[in-house]
This record gives sequence, C-alpha cells and structure tokens, in this order.
Amino acid sequence: MASGSSQSAYYVPEQSKYPFFASIGLALTVFGMGNILNDIAAGSSVTTSTWMAITGFLILATILFNWFATVIRENHAGMNSDQLKRSYVWGMMWFIFSEVMFFAAFFGALFYVRQLSVPWLGGEGAKGIAGDVLWPEFQATWPLLVNPDSNVFVNPHDGLHVKEWSASFFAGYLPFWNTVVLITSSVTLHFAHVALKAENRARLIQWMLVTVSLGLIFLVLQVLEYREAYGHYGITLNSGIYGSTFFMLTGFHGFHVTLGTFMLIVMLLRSMKGHFKPDDHFGFEAAAWYWHFVDVVWIGLFIFVYCL
Amino acid sequence: MSATHTISDAHDHHHGPAKGLTRWLYTTNHKDIGSLYLWFSFTMFLLGGAFALVIRAELFQPGLQFIEPAFFNQMTTMHGLIMVFGAVMPAFVGLANWLIPLMIGAPDMALPRMNNWSFWLLPFAFTIMVSTMFMEGGGPNFGWTFYAPLSTTYAPPSTTFFIFAVHVMGASSIMGSINVIATILNMRAPGMTFMKMPLFVWTWLITAYLLIAVMPVLAGVVTMMLFDIHFGTSFFNAAGGGDPVLFQHLFWFFGHPEVYIMILPAFGIVSAIIPTFARKRLFGYDSMVYATASIAFLSFIVWAHHMFTVGMPLAGQLFFMYATMLIAVPTGVKVFNWVATMFRGAMTFETPMLFAIAFVVLFTMGGFTGVMLAITPADFQYHDTYFVVAHFHYVLVPGAVFSIMAAAYYWLPKWTGYMYDETLGKLHFWLSFIGVNLLFFPQHFLGLAGMPRRIPDYALQFANFNWISSVGGFLFGFSQLILLFVVIKCIRGGKKATDQVWEGAQGLEWTVPSPAPYHTFETPPDPKLIHAQ
Repeated sequence: MASGSSQSAYYVPEQSKYPFFASIGLALTVFGMGNILNDIAAGSSVTTSTWMAITGFLILATILFNWFATVIRENHAGMNSDQLKRSYVWGMMWFIFSEVMFFAAFFGALFYVRQLSVPWLGGEGAKGIAGDVLWPEFQATWPLLVNPDSNVFVNPHDGLHVKEWSASFFAGYLPFWNTVVLITSSVTLHFAHVALKAENRARLIQWMLVTVSLGLIFLVLQVLEYREAYGHYGITLNSGIYGSTFFMLTGFHGFHVTLGTFMLIVMLLRSMKGHFKPDDHFGFEAAAWYWHFVDVVWIGLFIFVYCL
Repeated sequence: MSATHTISDAHDHHHGPAKGLTRWLYTTNHKDIGSLYLWFSFTMFLLGGAFALVIRAELFQPGLQFIEPAFFNQMTTMHGLIMVFGAVMPAFVGLANWLIPLMIGAPDMALPRMNNWSFWLLPFAFTIMVSTMFMEGGGPNFGWTFYAPLSTTYAPPSTTFFIFAVHVMGASSIMGSINVIATILNMRAPGMTFMKMPLFVWTWLITAYLLIAVMPVLAGVVTMMLFDIHFGTSFFNAAGGGDPVLFQHLFWFFGHPEVYIMILPAFGIVSAIIPTFARKRLFGYDSMVYATASIAFLSFIVWAHHMFTVGMPLAGQLFFMYATMLIAVPTGVKVFNWVATMFRGAMTFETPMLFAIAFVVLFTMGGFTGVMLAITPADFQYHDTYFVVAHFHYVLVPGAVFSIMAAAYYWLPKWTGYMYDETLGKLHFWLSFIGVNLLFFPQHFLGLAGMPRRIPDYALQFANFNWISSVGGFLFGFSQLILLFVVIKCIRGGKKATDQVWEGAQGLEWTVPSPAPYHTFETPPDPKLIHAQ
C-alpha cells in the first residue's frame, strides 16, 4: 500500500533511448537467428545471417549493460524512493513466476508423454487402439529405448542405467553430485547474503567466489553428462521423445544456470567495487532469488527426469 | 545520460512533452505510450480487417474467384494472429497505460522505461511476422492455432520467423503485465484500497496475472515447434513417441486463458460506462470482482473443450464439459449486474453507452453459443464449422472490439480535451452494429448446416448466407474509417470538454483537467476524492 510521503518522491525517469534501441537489437538478433536456421535447412551460407545475429546481440547486450548501469547510478544518487524500490521487487518476483510457467510447459510435456501418450502408443487403455493399428510391435517403456518408428527417430543404444538406489549407486551417479553442488551453492549464496547484511565485505566476496565456482562446476559436470548421454548412451535430440524431453528440460535449465552464474559474477564484481549496503542491495537479492529458483527447478528435474 | 542530468530532470516535472519524433521513440510517459499502443492497435485492426475482407470477398459466392487456396490459408492465419496479438491485446494495454495511473492516482506506470520497451518490441515483432508473407513458400498457412504437424512437418520455411515473432510478442506482453501488476499493487494513492479500485483496474490486475501465467507456456510450445522443425526432436511426432495432441493441450492451456485476457478488460470498460450513463452506482461491485476472479480461475481448467473431437478419455470429456459450463455462472452474475445497473436508471444513449449496451446483448449471445459448444456430444457436430466462427467472432467483435470502441469514445474527451462528433459517432455505431450482425449472424446457420471453417470454396446450398455475410463484412469494415475520421477530427478541435466530461462520471480520471496534463498526480490526490465504487 502506498504511503503518502514516498508517493510524492516517485522518480519518473526522463526520456530514454535504451528501450527503442534494445528493441532494434532484439529484433536483429532473432531475425538473424531465424535466418541462420533457415540457411542451414536450405544448405546455404550462414555468414550474413550470423553477422546479423551477432550485431543484434551486441547492440542488445551493450544497451542492457548501460541500462542497468543507469539504474544503479540513479539508486546511488538517492533518486529511488522506497516505493520505487518496491516496484523493482514486484517486477523481479513476477518475472520469476513467468519463468516458473515456462518450465511448467516442459514438465507438463514430460508428464503427458510419460503418463498418457506413450502408454497409449503401446496399446494401453481406450485410446490404445491407435497404437495397435499404427505400430503393433511397439512396447511402451520409460526410458523409451525403442521408438515407434526407428527409421525416422534413431533408437538410443542399449545399456541405459538400471537404477539400484543403493549408497554405492549414488556415489557414482553424476546427477546426484550435480544436485549436491547446486544445493550447496544455494547455501553458500545465503552465507554471502548474511555477510553482506553483517557488512563483512571480505566474507561476502569469499562466499560469492565459492558460489560462482560451484555454478561453474555444475556447468562443467553438465557438459560431461551430455557427452556421456550423446556418446555412450546414444541419447540425442533426434533419438525420440526421451531425448527430446531430457535435453530440453536439462538444456533450458543449464541455460538458466548460465544466466544465473553470469548474474552472480556481476554481483561478485559489484561487491568488489564496494556496491551494496546492508539495507539496500536489491540487485544482489534479485540475482540470489533467481539462483534459488534455478536450484528448485533442478530439484524437480532430479526427481522427475533422473530418479523416477 | 549522466546522473546529474537525470537529477535535474527529476526536479523539473512541470514541463510538457519533448518535441519531434523522438518524443514517441524515447518516451517514458504513460499517456504517450498509451497513445502509441492505441494507434498501433488501430493500424493492425485495419490490416487484419483488410485480410478479413479478402476472405469475405473470396467467399462472396461459391467457386474460386480471386485468390489461390494456398493464399486463402495465409489470409485466415494472418487475420487471426494480427487481430488477437496485434489489435485486441495492444488496444487493451494502451487503455491500461492511459487509464490505470489516472484511475488509481499514480504519477505514472511503475517502471516507465520498461513500459516503453514493451511497446517498441511490438512493431518489430509484427514487421517480422508480416514479412513472412513475402518469403519463399509464403507466410504461416496453418490457422492462428498453428496445430502441429501442419505447423511443423508440413510448414513453410517462414515458420521459423513466425516462431521468433511470437517470442518477441510474448516478451512484450510479459513485461507489460509485470508493469501493470507492479503499478496496481504499489502505486495506488493513499485511500485507494483494493475494494475501492475501479473495475477496469481490477479486471486488468487479473488479466495481467493470466498473461504472466500463460505467455511463457506459449513461448514453450513454439520453442518445441522450433526444435521439432530444426533439431530433430519429436514432441509432436508419434513416430518418436511424441504426440500431435500434446501440441493442442499446450496451446490451449495458453489459448483459453488468452480468450479471457481479451475479454476481462472489456468487462471493466463496460462496468465503467454503464453506471455513468445510467446515472446509478454499479450494481454488485463486490460480486463483479469475485466473478472476474472466478472466471480467471476457471479459465485454467477448461482448455480441452477446444479439442473434444481429437479424442480423450470419457472422464476428461465430462470434466472439461462441466467445468466449462460452470463459467456461465460468474458470467451470468456480470450480465445480471449490468442489467440491474441500468434498471430504473436515468439513461441517456451517447455513443459509448450504445456500444456498451450492444456489448451486453451481443456478448451474451456469444456466451450462449459458447454454452452450446461446451456440450461435448453437440460439439462433435459444431466442431470446426462456421458455428464456431460465429461464436468466437460474437464474443470478440461485438464483445471485445465494441468495448474498445466504447472506451475510445468514452475517454476521448479526457485525452484530447474536445468532445467528439456525436452524430458521426452514432452513425459509426449503427453501421457497425448492423454490419456486424449481418456479418456474423448468418454464420450460425451456415455452421449448423455443416459448412466447415477455413475453406476457400463451399457447396452451393451455403451461397445465400455467405453473400449476406460478405455484404455485412464490407459494411462493418468500411464503417471503421468513420471511427478514424472521428478520432482525428476530435484531436484537431471541437467543443471544449469539461473536466468531468459526462454528467454521471465517477472516478479520479474525471477530477483532472481535460485534456489530462502531460504529468498527473505527481502528488497524490485528496483521499476525499476516492469513493467506493
């Protein structure tokens, strides 16, 4: 609820060039990316379209950098009232909610194929008749190792883990260690936040270094995981619905971890520059919320993609 | 922009807009951005309308006369996409920008720069989308619902650009909605409690929530399409264990709340206009709020009524049928309240009121056909016929679009400072009203008789209703040029508008001068001005 005194000081910024040129940058980026994909599909050269996408992305990145710098400068200059700061808080919360719904679409797809469409293709239930007619040989399993039509979608190799759920199994199970790394990073990030509130800058920087390192370790482990999936198990984007859901869920999660790590690196650099006060550090908190959010998504992934 | 420069600006709020084109490119003012949205929306309305007239011209008589079937498919697709994402949604966002800060006594939207970004993404996104029509293989030709595998396996190469355009539009909608929510939750003037907010503000708060919840799902589903097309995934291909029906579930999980995104703000507009011209308080304000929230909740659990014929377990059919019918209850509450507001009111019939009353009557008709379509066994007959076309055009054109026109006439004096030409406004209303009914009413009969939608040619027995519909289409389409003329005339001058404009108008926006100054409510309004609705 708005309070009278802060309302009168709400800072409405003057004209800004950032939004318009950021739109140009984003439009060039996606137009270039579309051209790259269509050039590859048509077998033609991707040079022009690549330059278009890179130019657009550089414009966008430069503008976003300056835009955020302006916002930080305004805050340091004391122009942001408490009420304005609440607007940023609401903005970040609802942005994270939109990200939750983005992942919900992919989790929904996973649940649908596992619980409904793959069993139907295998002949189960009232809708199983279509599966019986189309591919009578097809057996519904999860992970799906033999596709309904193996000529169109190449089957993964045999020998995907049979999970035994023992301590020794988890000790050698990469996704388990990835979970440990990511949960630990959320805890260390919390320690950094505590240090920030206690005005202990040295400890803040130390914990931020640890958190960023854990984020990078997670990404390296995820690359190893992908190499094993592609090389050893033959699970690819083209290997049917198991690979599709696996790579899209973990891939978008990995992309979000990359973004989150980048945010944390920026927060680390800002900590080193002496930014953030114990009572005024929403940039830090926003990045931390985002990091905890990707952590929660991973827990969902670990349960529904890896364990069950 | 240096920090010192911005500080000096912050202390100098009492100047007008910047000069020249850059005022519009770089603006952070909610009124400027509102106007940009409204003009963009009207441009798209004319473009999408032109596509509709191509369709109606082709369907004027049986046989193929003007265009190839392949191009006809692009017309139905682009007409739908442009009207939904380019005309109706931006119009409501434009109204939200203009009105929400004025209605809640806020100096501007909560995040003004991001507000400008939300707008400027749209012209670029639509340039990319419309440009697909000039690409090799033509533009999107799979209907605005872009069902897989038509939009994946059998799609033209330009689909890649369509997908990215949808991504950019989605980003614009999400940022716009975040701004609306932050504004309403954080920027209300002292004394403006939730249950004193005008219903337009309430309906937009709920709409913004729906948008943030479902636009990311749309982004997800087009991303799956992109990967199916270019990276070999099999989300929508049964040969790899996926399912084309999965596309429909994901699309309509977005699509059904999207339908309410296009109608809830209309409810808010009509709830503002009818009390003004009935000179009574709105009947049942609280129940209006709860009905809106109920409709929003129900919108998440009814999506599969769009796909009864695709085959789903019986329990699913029954659940989605009953859940859909349940929506008639809160919607009925709303219609009852509007009628009860008019009951024994001192009514006058200026143009905004005419559009609002037409909304109540014709939207209710669209609602009734909606209940018919919700009945699963009946839907097996109606599915993909012109009955469906008639149904959703009744809720969208004399529903959503009429409410936007009502809003334009109602608040135009506040925006421009001049009264619009009432005679021309009434002419516009009556031609639109007659045109829209000639256009869409016969389509009910066509659909019940079995004419399928999205076809360029039809059997001879459908000829009479089709030419009537086409005549109505051209009448309605060209009548909209009157609106353009009235708006331009009103901007250029006319009878001066008073601050309150309408005798019965209530609310903070009517306490500021007409035209509303460039900056309003830099200090909060007197709490005594805030009344219960």
